[in-house]
Formats: sequence, C-alpha cells, structure tokens
Amino acid sequence: MSEKKLMYGNHAIVEGVIAAGCRFFAGYPITPQNEIPEFMSIRMNEIGGVFIQTESEIAAINMLFGAAAAGKRAMTSSSSPGISLMQEGISYIAGADIPVLVVNVIRGGPGLGNIAPAQSDYYQATKGGGHGDYFTITLAPNSAQELYEFPKLAFELAEKYRNPALILADGLLGQMMEPVEFTYKPIDPDTLSEPSYALSGCKGRDRRVVRSYDLKPGKLEEMNWQRLKKYQKIQETEQRFEATDCEDADLIIIAYGTCARVCDAAIRMARSDGHKVGLLRPITLWPFPNNVLAGMSKTVRNFLVVEMNMGQMIDDVKLATECRSKIHFHGRPGGGVPTPPEIYEKIQAILGGAR
Amino acid sequence: MPQVKILEEVCKGCGLCCDEVCPVDILILSPNRINSSGYHPAEVTDNGKCIGCGYCFKICPEPAIEVYK
Amino acid sequence: MKQLFGRPNGLTDVLQRYCPGCGHGIVHRIIGDLLIKLNIRECTVGIAPVGCSVFADEYFNCDMIQPPHGRGPAVSTGIKRARPDCIVFSYQGDGDLAAIGTAEIVHAAARNENITIVFINNAIFGMTGGQLAPTTLPGMKSTTSVQGRDIKKQGYPIKVCELLAGLDGPYYLVRTAVNTPKNVINTEKALKNAFVNQIENKGFSMVEILSMCPTNWGMTPVQSKKWVDDTMMKYYPLGEYRNRAKEEK
Repeated sequence: MSEKKLMYGNHAIVEGVIAAGCRFFAGYPITPQNEIPEFMSIRMNEIGGVFIQTESEIAAINMLFGAAAAGKRAMTSSSSPGISLMQEGISYIAGADIPVLVVNVIRGGPGLGNIAPAQSDYYQATKGGGHGDYFTITLAPNSAQELYEFPKLAFELAEKYRNPALILADGLLGQMMEPVEFTYKPIDPDTLSEPSYALSGCKGRDRRVVRSYDLKPGKLEEMNWQRLKKYQKIQETEQRFEATDCEDADLIIIAYGTCARVCDAAIRMARSDGHKVGLLRPITLWPFPNNVLAGMSKTVRNFLVVEMNMGQMIDDVKLATECRSKIHFHGRPGGGVPTPPEIYEKIQAILGGAR
Repeated sequence: MPQVKILEEVCKGCGLCCDEVCPVDILILSPNRINSSGYHPAEVTDNGKCIGCGYCFKICPEPAIEVYK
Repeated sequence: MKQLFGRPNGLTDVLQRYCPGCGHGIVHRIIGDLLIKLNIRECTVGIAPVGCSVFADEYFNCDMIQPPHGRGPAVSTGIKRARPDCIVFSYQGDGDLAAIGTAEIVHAAARNENITIVFINNAIFGMTGGQLAPTTLPGMKSTTSVQGRDIKKQGYPIKVCELLAGLDGPYYLVRTAVNTPKNVINTEKALKNAFVNQIENKGFSMVEILSMCPTNWGMTPVQSKKWVDDTMMKYYPLGEYRNRAKEEK
C-alpha cells in the first residue's frame, strides 16, 4: 500500500502539483488559499523548483504564460477576485494554445465578498471566463485525495489538448484535513519531453512564435474554427463524473465539490427512509457530463441541482436533459453551505413526503 | 573603395539618411524615381566619395542601405 | 566586395510595416545585430509587446512570444526562471511599459530579474492613433489632449529611468536616443551592455530609447529627429541612471 498522510486540502494540492512534475509556481496571497503558496514556497525551496510571490495575480498568470510557453509545467492558485484579474491572461494563453494549471479556491462573491466557501465562479470557469471564444478544462475535486490526484490529471489533459486547465475547489475543501494516499510515483520533470511549441532558443530548428493574434483577413476565424474542433473532441472524450445510487433512483441530485459531499450525506438519510435518491457528481465541469445526464433524463423525472450559488450549473443540467425532466434547485450563495437536513427537506418536498 | 547601396524596394523614403547624416553629403531622396510602394527612395549622388562610415545604415529604420568595401 | 554594413541575420527577411522614419526599425536592427554578434540568437526568446511593435514577433529571427499589454516583464520572468539558460528580452513601448505595465516593470526591476528590457519612448500611443501616453510632454498635443497636455488635468509625464533608479534592485538603467548616427552608436553600446549583463547573470538591465514617431507627432521624419534633440531630450536627459558594473569596479 502506498503512503498515507493526514493533510489539509490545500497542502494536498501542493503535493499533487509537485508529484505531477511541476516545478514552477507564481501567485499572490488571497484567502482562503494562502496555505497553497505558503506550503509551495517551502516545498519548491526543498526540491529546487521556482516559487515567485508576485506583485499581482495579473503578473502571476503572465509568469505562467512565459514558463508554460517555455515548455515547462507551471501553475498558480488564487481565489475568486484574483481569478477575475487573471482572465485576460487566461484568454491569451487559451488563444495561444498553451497548457497551464490554475487552481481557484472559490470564496463568496461578488466583489470582495467574504472568505467562506462558494461555487459562484462556475459560469466564469465553464463559459470561458475572459474575452473571446474559448473554454478551459475544469475539474471539480471533492476530497483532499482528489486535490492531490487532479493536478496530474489536469496537466495531462491540458497538455494533450494544449489548453488551460482549472481546478475548482472552495475554502472548505482547501482547509479541511483528510487522509491522502500518495497513489502514484512522482514524475521527474526531466523525463518530460519538450513540447513542440516550447520556446527554448532556436538552436538546430526553425524559430518558434507563441501568440494569440493574427491580423491576416480570415486567419483568426480559421484559428477559432480549429480550436472548436479541439473543444468538440474534449467534449466527446473527456466527460468525467461519479454516479452513486443512480440505477433505481426516482430523484437524482446533481452536485459537485463540497456540495456533493453534503448531498452524499443527504441521500443516505433519504435512502434509510426508503426514498430512491441518487447522486450524480460531475468531476469535469467543462466538459460537462452531458451524455450521462441525457441518458438519465429519459427515465428519471426529477433532478435536484444543489450549488453554493444562485443557480449556475442548473443551466447546463437543463441543456443536457433537454426539458425531458423536472429540474429543481437548491442553492446557497454568498458563502452559505447547505446542510444534509435542508437538502433532505427539499428531497421530501419533491418526492411528496416520507414513504 | 567603399560603396553605399540603396535597396530601392525596401526604402520608405523617410529621408533620415539624407539630412546632415552623410559626412560627404552624397545621399538625396530621388526626385524622379518611385518604388512599387510609392515612395521616392534615397539615391546616391556620387559613390566615389563614400568613406564607408556606415552612418546612413545606422540611421536607416528598414534597413534599406548596405555599405561595401 | 566585402559588406561592411547590411541587414543582420538576427532579423527575418520580412519587410517591416512601420511608418517611414519610425525609430522602431533602427532599434530592431541593433538588436538583430547583437543577436548575431553576441552569438545568442539560438538561445534567445524575445517578447513582442502590444502596440506598433506587436509585429516584432515576425521581425526578430529568434523564438518570440506575444503577451498581453504591459506584461512583458512578467512573461520574461516566467521564461527566464523556467529556462535560465535562455536570453530573454522584452521589447516595450511607453504605453505598454509606463502605463498599463507599470507594476510589472517596477517589480521586475525591484527583483533585479535577470532580463533585458528595451523601452521605446516616443511620447505617444502609436498604434492606437496618437493618444496621450504616460510619457507625453507637457503641452504636447495628442488625440486625447488636443490642446496639449495640461499638467493640471493630465498630470506629469513619467520619467522611467529616474523612477526605477529610486529602487535598489536594477543593475543597469540608461537612456539613449536613435535620432542621429552618434546617438544610434551609443544605443548600440547600451543595448550590448544590457545583453552582456544578462549573459553574465548580473540582473535587470533597461535601455530607454528616445525614438521618433513622425506620423503621430504630425512631423516629417527629419523634423522628428530634430524634435528629439531640441525638445524631448530636455525633458528626458540622456545618460546612465544606474550602472552597477561601474560601481563594482
């Protein structure tokens, strides 16, 4: 059995990033993700990686742009307001088809909001986020274990498709402690091959240019159509989810991250009272697991979307289910976290009381 | 003998090389020649006087000037 | 016949799209020369800014990247830290460096980041059509200060060399010009220093270059080069503002 350690979620991300062979971090302090840069500064120092505390999130994302364009695995982490500041950079990176990893430990918004856990950046993460036509691969872990494992997955997907990848966590996931099993052998960055786009000096090859613009008439449109093909391939092949007790369910709850944990407790309460309730947990928020939902919507009449926001993922659920089923919603914006009893109450209301 | 050569098609006729740059004053903007971009390119009036200092080349933004020896 | 002066291999064959008499081309040629003379073309990554010189990614014959407006120093930092063996230069205009990118240039200088900054100061936003720049002189007309820069409304220009010289970090700060052969030769020397400093791991070097923008100044190229002498240099004196190499001697 591999080694197990009790860790903060935010520390698990750091170990996951390092095990994924990433040796470049740039970031700016913001609660509730400060444990990531703090621990990262210690770990990068130990292993000879790069840690830069930047002057702003804008600088951080652009340092990533440079490091990743130079062909190295690079990541940053921040929380909602900081991620907003990064959007211009993420748009450029997406437009230049460069893989980077951005971790958003979401807090309550809008504005300065608060430092409580939230999922209110769902739209921003899954609909592009900045200017222009683009998407970012978005992963939603729900445990310290997944916070450790997803950086590797995120880098692999980002590099496979040459696209930015996001990990969406929240303050609760980041600051809770759980046992983490180090399930894979750490990657030696020196064993990673140099990508075809990497800026490394043009010795022995043609010079390379990394850019997101093209002013030749029609060329940018062509580049965008090319990128659409990539997005379609990602949507076809990379939908990830976890389905619990869905086979016989009369009602399926759809929730990710912290909400999925709360809902998991709620469906166990419901099951013990005889309600057939299941949980579908999207692991990729983009690409959204449309296919499984479309299938379920042919037999399941009721879906309940639970989010820590005013209702954002519900749009994707409605699109995936194509109005075949009734879509209910329970949300807690502004840093509110739902409890299992309040979700169970909602379940009872939908299914018409205990049986 | 040094010689200055104007790349007529590259020249944009800005005239930077023609104004108090050449120590022997052998560069002018051509009064009658026009290149395919529509510029009057620089022209050498007397290559025999060229001293090969390269000042014209150094001030040329394109660079549309070559100097030989 | 032997060529004494000609287009360096550090530049591509692409014809540059700058206006007649624009100073960008002169600075491009100097950098193109240095990429060859210092034998660094094959290990260099250049940064093209947003602005007229966005097309620099087509003009320099080395690896290039085109980042968001003002973020050249941050992108340079990322490349340099990720690949310390690469020579990294960030080519920036005054809008890019002294307006939107002020934070990035100040902090890169404060960190004494081992990169080379080429800063073109032509006192105007060129590509967008001649708007007020952070470097536009008091009284100077622009399309957003048609009566001339009013210091009561638009404040004073930013003197970047002087500003950065207030920091302990930077290794080399110098202001030159490209309006006369003599000034071009001094710019060649300054840029050479700025690249050699990086090769020798000395740290942050910036060459601020007073440059002509005849189109947006509403002047002929010849009037422009005189204006740099008569007006610009009075506000932006040429010279070294920091040279740790000399201090160390």
